Formats: sequence, C-alpha cells, structure tokens
Amino acid sequence: MAVEEKAVEFNIKPMDQFEISNLFGGDVIHWYSFTNASLWMGLAVLSVILLLVVGTRKRAIVPSRTQSIAEMMYGFVYKMIEDVAGKEGLKFFPYIFTLFTFILFSNFLGLLPMSFTPTTHFAVTVSLALAVFLSVTFLGFYRNGTKFLGLFWVSSAPLALRPVLAIIELISYFVRPVSHSIRLAGNVMAGHAVIKVFAGFAGALGIWAALPIVSITAVFGLEVLVAAIQAYVFTILTCVYLNDALHPGH
Amino acid sequence: MEGNIAEMGQYIGAGLASIGMGGAGIGVGNVAGSFLSGALRNPAAAGAQTATLFIGIAFAEALGIFSFLVALLLMFAV
Repeated sequence: MAVEEKAVEFNIKPMDQFEISNLFGGDVIHWYSFTNASLWMGLAVLSVILLLVVGTRKRAIVPSRTQSIAEMMYGFVYKMIEDVAGKEGLKFFPYIFTLFTFILFSNFLGLLPMSFTPTTHFAVTVSLALAVFLSVTFLGFYRNGTKFLGLFWVSSAPLALRPVLAIIELISYFVRPVSHSIRLAGNVMAGHAVIKVFAGFAGALGIWAALPIVSITAVFGLEVLVAAIQAYVFTILTCVYLNDALHPGH
Repeated sequence: MEGNIAEMGQYIGAGLASIGMGGAGIGVGNVAGSFLSGALRNPAAAGAQTATLFIGIAFAEALGIFSFLVALLLMFAV
C-alpha cells in the first residue's frame, strides 16, 4: 500500500502540457475548431505584426528600442541569406523572414507559464519543413532543369564510387524534411518536458523543493537560448537547402 | 513481482534508446571543441564560421533527437 501512495504523490505527467484542447467547449476537434494551438499561433503572428508595424512606423534616423529590434531582426536574416545562399537567395527573403519570426515568436511565447507551444507539435513543424522541402525541390528543377540532378551525381568522386554516392545523397536528400522538422519539435518538446519533470520533483520533495526549483530556473535559462537557437537553425538550414537549389553540383 | 512484461520491455527499450543521446553529446562537443580550438588559433576568421558551427551542431544533434523520439514513442505511442 505504501508503494501505491508514493506513486500518487510522485505525480509527474510531463506530456500533458502538449495536449490540444478546444477553447470553446466540445471534446471533438474539427478542422475549424479554435484550439489552444490556434490561439498561440495567432498570438505569435500578432506579436510579429505588432513588433514590425510599431517598429517601422516612425522610421527615425536615431531608432527607438522597438525600431532597433525590428531592424536587427531584419538585418540578421538578410545577412544570413546573403552569406549562405548568395545574392540570388535574397529573392526569397520574405518567406525565410516569415519562417524565422514565426518560429522565434512561437518558441518565446511558449516559454510563458501556462502557455502552449505550437512548435512542439510535429503537425506544425512537419508542415513548415515540407513546405520548405517542396518549394526548394520545385525551385531547383524550375531554375536548373535536369541539371538539378547533379546534386546527386558527385562529379568530383571516382566514377566507380558515384552510383553508391548517388544513393547516399538521394537518401540524405529525402531525410531532410524529416530531420528538419523533428529537430525543431524534438528540441523544444524535450526542453519543456524536462522543466515539467523537475516541477514534478519539486512537488514530491516537500521542504527540499528549493533544489529542483533552482534547477528549473537554470533549465529555463537554457530553454530561452534553445528557443532562439532552434529558430536560427531552422532558418539557416532553409538557406542551405535554398543554396543547393540555386547552385546545384559539388 | 507482478506486472506486464510488454510494459517492462517498453521501459527498458526507452532507457536503451536514451544511450543514443550520449553519442549526440560526443558529436556536439566535438564540433564545438574543434571550432573553439580553431577559433583561438585564428580569431579573425572565427566570426565568419559561426553559421557553419551552428549547422554542424544541428546535424550532430538531430541524431540525438531521433533517439529521444524513439524513447518517446516507446513510452507513449507503442
């Protein structure tokens, strides 16, 4: 009996925070249901719009704080695309900037207590990654025609090795959307689950709860970093894939 | 000693899958360590390579995330 009592006290449910629920009643979730995921995605988009619209309203020569944040974000993504994908990649700046800001803001908003992080769901990240994968593949064939297949035919390798390398390159090409999406969702989800597990320790330890609370604070600091880095990584990998589509061949 | 043997297998499997994260740790540490040793030899060239650093870390880390995913699947989806 004592064992069972302990089990109730030690109540850790790290995955409950990722549950999707209807905000306005009803248990069944339809495609038109307004869920907590819709709410937080909408909030992320709204905060991006708010930051950029308010930031660029005055357009002062000496920028205000809001304006410099907006300008820094813009310049950061602009330089990233220019460095990785070259001048031609800048045509796709709006798309990549949208991806970056959306992921960044949903990650950051998800760090608020009691909130929900859309990027912990594979449904969201797979949609983002598949959109990148499909548009990059389409763009590669549109821009280069059959020359795009040169991406898989490593011309610098010895001829005997090339078919083997082609198979490996082909596999690694099609694994891209998988790893692209799982990296983002997995990182963010793992971090949030870790915080919840430590919170469960705090609930079970009574007077010693200070120990896990200190660790939660530390892990939370790490999570803020991870939220920014994962948005950065997703964006820069998009740029790398875009570069492959614009300049195929090795 | 009673219980469900399938559940036991799930927990053992999830634990074994977590070993993969150690590999990701070695990989990420290797990338960051090599970057640092290179960057300290030639600090002027280091700034331009931060993007490469993060791409390398992301690739190394993705495989660790896969093992985390396998553990999650065993715990909650199987």
